Amino acid sequence: MATTTYLEAIRQGLWEEMERDPDVFLMGEDIGSYGGAFKVTAGMLEHFGEKRVIDTPISEEAIVGAGIGAAVMGMRPVLEMQFMDFIACAFNQIVNYAAKMHFRWGQAVPLVIRGPSGGGVHGGPYHSQNPEAYFAHTPGLKVVQPATAYDAKGLIKAAIRDNNPVIFLEHKFLYRRIKEEIPEGDYVVPLGVARVAREGKHLSIITYGAMLYVALDAAKQLEHEEIDVEVIDLRTLSPLDEDCILNSVKKTNKIILLHEDTRTLGLGAELASIISEKAFEYLDGPLIRITAPDSPVPYSPPLEEAYLPGVGQVMDAARRLAAY
Amino acid sequence: MYYFLRLNRSVDERLGNLYRQGKVVGGLYSSLGQEGISVATAYALEKQDVLGPMIRNLGATLVRGFKPRDLFCQYMARSSGPSGGRDCNLHFGDLNRGVMACISMLGALIPVMAGIALSSTLRGEDRVALTYIGDGGTRVGDFHEGLNFAAVKDLPLVVIVENNQFAYSTPVTSQMKNTRISDFAQAYGIFGTTIDGNDVLEVYNTTRAAVARARQGAGPALIECNTFRMRGHAEHDDAKYVPPELLEFWKKKDPILRFERYLFNNGIMTQAEQQTIIDRITRELDADVAFAESSPLPVPAPCGTALPGVYAD
Ligand SMILES: Cc1ncc(C[n+]2csc(CCOP(=O)(O)OP(=O)(O)O)c2C)c(N)n1
Repeated sequence: MATTTYLEAIRQGLWEEMERDPDVFLMGEDIGSYGGAFKVTAGMLEHFGEKRVIDTPISEEAIVGAGIGAAVMGMRPVLEMQFMDFIACAFNQIVNYAAKMHFRWGQAVPLVIRGPSGGGVHGGPYHSQNPEAYFAHTPGLKVVQPATAYDAKGLIKAAIRDNNPVIFLEHKFLYRRIKEEIPEGDYVVPLGVARVAREGKHLSIITYGAMLYVALDAAKQLEHEEIDVEVIDLRTLSPLDEDCILNSVKKTNKIILLHEDTRTLGLGAELASIISEKAFEYLDGPLIRITAPDSPVPYSPPLEEAYLPGVGQVMDAARRLAAY
Repeated sequence: MYYFLRLNRSVDERLGNLYRQGKVVGGLYSSLGQEGISVATAYALEKQDVLGPMIRNLGATLVRGFKPRDLFCQYMARSSGPSGGRDCNLHFGDLNRGVMACISMLGALIPVMAGIALSSTLRGEDRVALTYIGDGGTRVGDFHEGLNFAAVKDLPLVVIVENNQFAYSTPVTSQMKNTRISDFAQAYGIFGTTIDGNDVLEVYNTTRAAVARARQGAGPALIECNTFRMRGHAEHDDAKYVPPELLEFWKKKDPILRFERYLFNNGIMTQAEQQTIIDRITRELDADVAFAESSPLPVPAPCGTALPGVYAD
């Protein structure tokens, strides 16, 4: 066990997969000698060489397209978007080529597209976005977002070993803020499996990414009010772990859906539909969504602070729900 | 023009100080050494033209009538900044001043500026659109689609490539095989040329001619300005990957000092006149920094609700 940041955990996961499988390689902008804008790939060029840590021109569509080409030939490319906001530039290759390949002619595309997403660092509208819903909506893609260092390492390994295109969203707010003891050496956290991050019996908060910590913080403070909160960390956003979600509904009967992405047609809407379709009779209160409002992410600190869902909002909703 | 060159540099310096004091909320992207391009190209336009600055084209926004206080407020995320604290750095515009706002996604502005040029052609106006892109940014597909679109429609679009040799940590030679970016003009069948981007007069004269051609209906132009990024990608970046001898070499080619020498040698400006300009800038910037520092931060929308203005009325 060693104390490791969320960022370092991703780096370790990449490193070990590169050691394990010679078909794994990295490609992206400024990832080589510079080590990436956030230094996730620091030192990897020196160790693995230019054939496996490939700097590219600023051409997201070509990065993903070339990744797809290498993947169908049996390689396992891991592509970095310098910021996940720029994944929009490669949308066509991702949703039309990669996502639909296996359905059309049975050809697998073992590809990972990873990079920093999310707000809280005053990045403004173009360095703070949460693009998960576009991709979770696209059949053929898997979408992952770890919240802990343990999961970050285990999930990046699972994503690399998966035979499908995986969008791997790293939360930049967590990169250096989260430090945990994690096991050294190989372990995998399977895709499609959520986690009960905290057991509770009065109500459940279903969340992922940096909002896990907002949920846990609220849960802790609600202890003083005798409200016992369960927290589910989804980890994989597509495909969703319905068993884990529905078990928690059956246990606590009251649900808050919390995410940093905007509200309309966000993950919360899908989760609410699943719950009302499959566990309606277990519900003892309304399904409450807490999300960012439907607007771009603002830059100025007071605007961004109000924009991002906060502990106070979660506690208010929990009190309201607990009263049912 | 000398006033704006100096102003550009001084605003940059003040922003650097504010950044080091922790008062700039986000990243700061310096234009040191590239001021001549922003200022001289903006000077080559007429009032009705539209200019699309990228994040290092601070000087171009000053020429178009934005004030230093707008930039200070914008970088410090104050409510009185041109985006009211909603967006950062040079991400703002005002079409009354003929300024179109950029987005972070490199290249995306080129087709949009082609569209501004298209509207001019469709309505029979004599408006020219001018925009900028870095060497790295030219590797995005939008650059090529936008340029080709403007070419086949003979649109009045002038694209200034600031070839400052580096895109973040990546040297231009790792971005492309043929590093003479103006050669793309030939590929798209439009006018193209490569010039010394640190020679203010050459930039002005070349742009002025390209703008005039475009205005007469002779189609787009691609002007590659060779220059150098004298600081890191942004202030957080110490740019250790840039060889110091390159910085030394380019420091000697500083566009403002060269233009100063020209003005002195030709008796266009005296030392006393220069001092007057510098004093005026110091006074203005003292006032504008103070204004920005005392400007309030924006007021958020009530918890859980969107700020107004996501949609137009
Ligand atoms: C489509 C896209 N991909 C990646 C980025 C991240 N990024 C921001 S600036 C930059 C380098 C830009 O280099 P260049 O275009 O040469 O302009 P310079 O910074 O040298 O002025 C990169 C990679 C981006 N803004 N847009």
